[in-house]
Amino acid sequence: MKLITAVIREAQLDEVREALIAAEISRITVSKVSGHGQQQQEEYYRGQKIIPNLIPKIKIEIAVNDAFVDITVNTIIQAARTKNGAEGEIGDGKIFIVPLEQCIRIRTGEKGSSAI
Amino acid sequence: MKTYTRKVFFTLVILLSVFTVADASDGNGIDSGATAWMLTSTALVLLMIPGLAMFYGGLVRSKNVLGTIMHSFVAMGVMSVLWVAVSYSMAFGPNVLGGWFGWNPDFVFLKGIDESIMEGGVPEYVFSMFQGKFAIITPALIAGAFAERVSFRAYVVFIALWGILVYNPLCHWVWAEDGFLFNMGAAGAIDFAGGTVVHISAGISGLVAAIYIGARRGFPYQAVRPNNLVITMLGAGLLWVGWFGFNAGSSISSGLSTAQALTATQAAAASGALIWMIIEGVHRGKATALGFASGILAGLVAITPAAGVVQPWGALIIGALSSVICYIAIMLKNKLGYDDSLDAFGIHGVGGIAGALLLTFFIRPSWMNDAAEAAGGSWTIWQQFGVQAAAVGIAIAYAAVLTLVLIFIVDKIFRIRSTDKEEMAGLDRSYHGERGYGLINPN
Repeated sequence: MKLITAVIREAQLDEVREALIAAEISRITVSKVSGHGQQQQEEYYRGQKIIPNLIPKIKIEIAVNDAFVDITVNTIIQAARTKNGAEGEIGDGKIFIVPLEQCIRIRTGEKGSSAI
Repeated sequence: MKTYTRKVFFTLVILLSVFTVADASDGNGIDSGATAWMLTSTALVLLMIPGLAMFYGGLVRSKNVLGTIMHSFVAMGVMSVLWVAVSYSMAFGPNVLGGWFGWNPDFVFLKGIDESIMEGGVPEYVFSMFQGKFAIITPALIAGAFAERVSFRAYVVFIALWGILVYNPLCHWVWAEDGFLFNMGAAGAIDFAGGTVVHISAGISGLVAAIYIGARRGFPYQAVRPNNLVITMLGAGLLWVGWFGFNAGSSISSGLSTAQALTATQAAAASGALIWMIIEGVHRGKATALGFASGILAGLVAITPAAGVVQPWGALIIGALSSVICYIAIMLKNKLGYDDSLDAFGIHGVGGIAGALLLTFFIRPSWMNDAAEAAGGSWTIWQQFGVQAAAVGIAIAYAAVLTLVLIFIVDKIFRIRSTDKEEMAGLDRSYHGERGYGLINPN
């Protein structure tokens, strides 16, 4: 079992979700986060360009069985990457994968892969 | 001492009354009482537009909140400029082109009304600005039907064209003295404050536009939850308050008919809200805040054409029936499967039609007597019903056909529907480069 954590652009959330659902991966947790990466994002305030020092991002967490790691990761990469001519831009985000020690379904008390 | 005080008091009263009389008409024929109320009403109707922006803004997803609010705000810019430039002339000038709309070159840029005082003692500028606010809110109402999926640029072009070619002619037909609906039947089609001009035209146009543009991505399976019902409720409250200007101001005076319209407005809004709450409570088991707000609007929309002619008991019934009818209409919408996102048609179209027709059965007797006199003997409620139905039918047909033509043209030139990418990223980011709730971000 692995825990996949992806930090992506806010604007890509719908695209990633639709892609994940199409790939039959529907159990996800989404949160709004802010952070620093390489990216400097421009916003407009009263016509002035400003660069916020912490950039809003979306964090997606998905716990999967080992067989599903590749498809999940590939789906996220495909959907979260900016596609305006050049493939990929600074700020598209990152994916972290960590081993998952245990998973328990609260309702039944089931443990392990079947609980995911 | 006592008599002295009394003398001073009476002298003051006499002096005051002299000044008050002198104030009430200052030689130019201005009725300052009526003018003051019309100025207030103008401000109240303008207040409805931020009210509508909040009402709609709270109902969409947070990525679209600013874009949706801007649909209302940009109308304040576009429609006001057009109103000063040509729309007042088109709406209230004398008939041209067989009465299609009005035109008076003097009204262009309002240059001919600089010192004009109307018959009721109200400066024409005030009347013009009051009417101009209606021209703002009507296209802003349409935006509710195609929320969350429309290109901003195309929307701006669409409402400008719609205002010129749909709103102005309808306004002219119903409210200008030589408009053909104003003169239909014995005493005209009754549309006191804009049931046909504002609500039916906006509702029908919204329906046509929503069907043409198509549903939002994922509709209806992907749930679209309101981002902030608190601002929606505040918006509904502002709309209710503003509606006093909308309806009671439409008497273009400050007197008995103003009071009648004001009372009818309050009665219908309250009964509409209560009945919606009860229906929803029985049908779904919960009385939702959004349901209460919808009931307020259903009542207010239905009483809009009727406010000048019905008595309070009639207003209570009209408000209640409108809620029942709108509730059913929205359930039907869910069955039929078109995406009128914020129920511009379900509330404004359906409620407006219901009000324009139902009012016939609650007209105060004195109005019917006057109508009978004008008709030369007798005038029955069924004859008036015929006039109302004709006016409603004409408004529906005209708004539907013209909207379809305009939206087709705008779509061919500017592409009215957002691209998939724009829609998924949200209107705020795609068209405005901003975020509605960015300040919450720890920065």
